[in-house]
Amino acid sequence: MHNYLHIEHARMVFDTKKGKFTALTDINLRVGQGEFISLIGHSGCGKSTLLNLVAGLATATEGVLLLAEKEIKGPGPERGVVFQNHSLLPWLTCFGNVYLAVERVFGAREPKSRLRERTQAAIELVGLSHASAKHPNEISGGMKQRVGIARALAMEPKVLLLDEPFGALDALTRAGLQDELMRIVQETKATTLMVTHDVDEAVLLSDRIVMMTNGPAATIGEILDVDLPRPRDRLSLAVEPRYHHLRSQVLAFLYQKHLKHAA
Amino acid sequence: MSAVTFNETHYSMNSPVTPPSPVVSPPPPPGLGERKNSQTNPQRGAEAGALPQGRKTPMWESERGQAFGEAVGKFFRAALPPLLGMALFILLWQIVSSSGGEHGLPGPAKTWESAKILFADPFYDKGPNDKGIGWNILHSLYRVGAGFGLAALVGIPAGFLIGRFAFLAAMVAPVISLLRPVSPLAWLPIGLYVFKQTEPASLWVIFISSIWPIILNTAAGVSRVPQDYLNVARVLNLSEWTIFTRILFPSVLPHLMTGIRLSIGVAWLVIVAAEMLTGGTGLGFWVWDEWNNLNVEHILIAIFIVGFTGLLLEQALVMVANRFNYE
Ligand SMILES: Nc1ncnc2c1ncn2[C@@H]1O[C@H](COP(=O)(O)OP(=O)(O)O)[C@@H](O)[C@H]1O
Ligand SMILES: [Mg+2]
Repeated sequence: MHNYLHIEHARMVFDTKKGKFTALTDINLRVGQGEFISLIGHSGCGKSTLLNLVAGLATATEGVLLLAEKEIKGPGPERGVVFQNHSLLPWLTCFGNVYLAVERVFGAREPKSRLRERTQAAIELVGLSHASAKHPNEISGGMKQRVGIARALAMEPKVLLLDEPFGALDALTRAGLQDELMRIVQETKATTLMVTHDVDEAVLLSDRIVMMTNGPAATIGEILDVDLPRPRDRLSLAVEPRYHHLRSQVLAFLYQKHLKHAA
Repeated sequence: MSAVTFNETHYSMNSPVTPPSPVVSPPPPPGLGERKNSQTNPQRGAEAGALPQGRKTPMWESERGQAFGEAVGKFFRAALPPLLGMALFILLWQIVSSSGGEHGLPGPAKTWESAKILFADPFYDKGPNDKGIGWNILHSLYRVGAGFGLAALVGIPAGFLIGRFAFLAAMVAPVISLLRPVSPLAWLPIGLYVFKQTEPASLWVIFISSIWPIILNTAAGVSRVPQDYLNVARVLNLSEWTIFTRILFPSVLPHLMTGIRLSIGVAWLVIVAAEMLTGGTGLGFWVWDEWNNLNVEHILIAIFIVGFTGLLLEQALVMVANRFNYE
């Protein structure tokens, strides 16, 4: 389906103390099922806002957002969200955090033992079985982010929405998690929308890169097709001219055409 | 603008500064307990298995013994300043009392002797106005517990409602800001008039003076549940009940504990004063009674008891509160 997620003329205006603030305007995007899309743009341009619209956490002021031909009216279990700051509940263990999501989605249909299996499986998928009884304050930032991913994946979402999931991590941890995410998405075939400000991350993971202009009233500037064959491997890509060409195109967009001047 | 800001820092004036305590993680949710210990500290098991078979290591040479020695040293270093402070305090007391001459305050030694007699038989009962010190302490504690319990019963739900609904908050804000600064004892005549008896009247005073910290801290906690957690609730589509039990309540709990601590602190301050006026039993009554008997040693002892009991209450609550500190 080439029109699984369909955004048309979306516009987002916030009511602020200083009056109306137009964050996004005239956003048009069609995403096919199973596609991996990255949203890239300078900080504050409205990437999170767009993701929140798809997640159903915010409602567009104008325009339509359709998922599988149904209007997005609020959050739903078919969309798993990984938050920028992991947003784990500190009073629950890693297991408890994931279980909360599993229980909500499958609790009505499946016995408790099956729910526990699902939770365990999701935690295993992100390689955290050994830490599942720990609380979020006892594990590293990278592990927290992985629990956040496990929580989203455990719901078996058709759409995975990630807001700068690896933004706060060091380069090594980030690389490891990128590889893991690539493998998981390949396995689950989830349609993925990921916000990032990391050019390499965008090129490595995406089928298409959506590049956004600067706000206020940001919109989609260009969309870049990443025609690199899969499975991708970061080491072999590093010597691939095509990879560097794509990379420099994103850089050119960000730093030549839409350079953000420091205020 | 309303004068009430639901900001707990405003209500912490009475709370003594407590040292930061180690974080204690809450227990895992039921059903997960068996998982928790599956991988606790593998070294410990290995260590125990590798005990030397030959000569028994003397305690002071073993790692354990050294750790023990270190702990003792640490304890003394930590205990020295407070002990020194207490010693200076007693010295000062001695100086003040001996400089007063014949009619000066009783000194530490004299007070100590008197305390020994007093605590030799704390639970005697010779009629309504002559009971052992133990009974008086228990009576005061009971009143604090009952008055505070009522305040919690009303204040916690009220706090949740006020924190959840801005309309309600705006509605009660003027009333709260009007009533909160009223000195607790000013409520006593109202209680006596309404209840016609001293016992419910003193409970009423505790209730009305300790309810504000509970309401305000709970409300502050509710209105400050991080948006992130609420977003999680929305994304997971949690039911209202699950949101309350799994997100709202645990997230408010630390604030609620602060409220309870402040509230019990206030209650303990107020009860002694209230009992001075209502008479009958309790520490406050006893202080007043001993003043009438001009037994100044007993008054000094009472002051120590009030302080010490308050300290114990506070410490117990801090320990409970630390269980709910997730950071
Ligand atoms: N709830 C809100 N109310 C008002 N303004 C907002 C709100 N959320 C975001 N904005 C504004 O919208 C713009 C885009 O924000 P955001 O989507 O978070 O940017 P990005 O994720 O690209 O860094 C920013 O200028 C931000 O200040
Ligand atoms: Mg953002």
